[in-house]
Amino acid sequence: MSSVISAKNLSLTFQTNDGPVHALKDINLEINKGDFVSFIGPSGCGKTTFLRCMADLEQPAAGEITVNGVSPAEARKARAYGYVFQHAGLYPWRTIGGNIRLPLEIMGVDKAEQDKSVKEVLELVHLEGFENKYPWQLSGGMQQRASIARALAFQADILLMDEPFGALDEIVRDHLNEQLLELWARTNKTIGFVTHSIPEAVYLSTKIVVMSPRPGRIHDVIESTLPKERPLDIRDSPEFIEIAHRVRDGLRAGHGDD
Amino acid sequence: MRNIGPILTVVAAIFVLWYAGAVALNAPWAYDKAKRANVEITFSEMVADTMQQKKPKLPAPHQVGKEIWKTTGEMVAKGRAFSKRSLIYHSWITLSATLLGFALGTGLGVALSVGIVYNRTMDMSVMPWVIASQTIPILAIAPMIIVVLNAIGISGLLPKAVISMYLSFFPVVVGMVKGLRSPDHMMVDQMKTWSATKGQEFWKLRLPSSMPFLFPSLKVAMAASLVGAIVGELPTGAVAGLGARLLAGSYYGQTIQIWSALITAAALAAALVAIIGVIQKVVLKRMGMA
Ligand SMILES: Nc1ncnc2c1ncn2[C@@H]1O[C@H](COP(=O)(O)OP(=O)(O)O)[C@@H](O)[C@H]1O
Ligand SMILES: [Mg+2]
Repeated sequence: MSSVISAKNLSLTFQTNDGPVHALKDINLEINKGDFVSFIGPSGCGKTTFLRCMADLEQPAAGEITVNGVSPAEARKARAYGYVFQHAGLYPWRTIGGNIRLPLEIMGVDKAEQDKSVKEVLELVHLEGFENKYPWQLSGGMQQRASIARALAFQADILLMDEPFGALDEIVRDHLNEQLLELWARTNKTIGFVTHSIPEAVYLSTKIVVMSPRPGRIHDVIESTLPKERPLDIRDSPEFIEIAHRVRDGLRAGHGDD
Repeated sequence: MRNIGPILTVVAAIFVLWYAGAVALNAPWAYDKAKRANVEITFSEMVADTMQQKKPKLPAPHQVGKEIWKTTGEMVAKGRAFSKRSLIYHSWITLSATLLGFALGTGLGVALSVGIVYNRTMDMSVMPWVIASQTIPILAIAPMIIVVLNAIGISGLLPKAVISMYLSFFPVVVGMVKGLRSPDHMMVDQMKTWSATKGQEFWKLRLPSSMPFLFPSLKVAMAASLVGAIVGELPTGAVAGLGARLLAGSYYGQTIQIWSALITAAALAAALVAIIGVIQKVVLKRMGMA
């Protein structure tokens, strides 16, 4: 197993008007190729900040982080990852196809190749036939799927997702979770996934990273014992419930005294 | 078309007030004339007189309308649309300076806003000057611009356009700085995750995002541009243009001529702004931003 993301003693402090905020402190984590890693923890525990460090959107103050064996900046320039933000962030003046094409245009992919990729990823997220629709013509869940398609379009091996389904209702969320697993199985990508939801984390992940706030630390790393094939009703199995318990205990302990 | 009712009401009210004003302001002259001729005039005779004086203090709407028709439609009918006595000719002179100044001002405004958004030094230093430039009364600076440009051999259209530019770049800078900064952090970060260049970020994200801010600025800029062109025609004693008509009118007390130039200028401004409004509607609709 090769390490895709490796963090050693990673720390990051934001200087704010109310004094320093220790968003990350002494973070150590190895993510291997093909892992589906969820980051879970209360608001403000540094999940987003950690993901942004991997994406070279935030610079750690201390420690070391590598992505595909190189610095995040080099990995970003090599287009090693696709990043899905909390909000779909589709451009209203571009069609769904045009939005997915955007990173490809930026990367200088030729037109025929663009068309092919757009078609492929629209199929992956089950949005065939929506290529020429505008974002406002789609539901929130479909927009989020389009934004995932956009992150997939340029064939990066790593997919970083920051609470991509946070704003969606439960039923849509279940559906998208299923589709995401299916996509992960098909593409064998390495996925980093931030979530607030325990069932979502347990259902999706091979590895669950439980974080605690002030300062942002990793409290526990849980290796899932669930099989790779996961129908939705696996959530009623004793194994699933046991893992969920461990996550909940971790969250409670991490929350500690407040 | 829902707006037509209220608009007509307002227009009607303006005409009523205008006629009333004309009667009130022109009445003394009507009585004066009657007194010197040693005749008594009735109220209705007085009113009739206020409607048809040659140099009224305030010409009545129909007098202005007639003058405008005489200097536009009638000239066209005679095939002399571009003769020196035609308002179409004078409007065109002013319009050409307005449009050139508007184009220059928009160009300068956009260029400055790009500099301000992308360059820290410019961000810190340019804006105060931009604002200061607008606090100087244009009437004070217009003659200097014209004299200076004349001294280096530039005259005619360009000096007026420069004054238009001076007035019209300002709303464009202010609007476009805001517009180019309107994409949120997330969208800018997103561009970074794709390793987009500054140029790609500008063309694909910032510029399209700024469109809803650009058009209102352009409307203000267009109106300012027209004012600039007219002001630019005043200090030189220009012989052509709406400004020249205003000036000539005031030399000879030709109030009807002044008012028809004013009304024409207002109509021109309204038409230009309306054209931008139509383009705005079409563009923003096509961009899914309306
Ligand atoms: N750009 C920033 N400037 C200052 N403080 C920040 C910034 N980004 C995040 N923080 C702070 O860092 C902490 C961790 O934030 P974040 O990583 O967003 O947490 P999470 O995603 O787990 O909710 C929070 O206390 C947050 O207020
Ligand atoms: Mg977050």
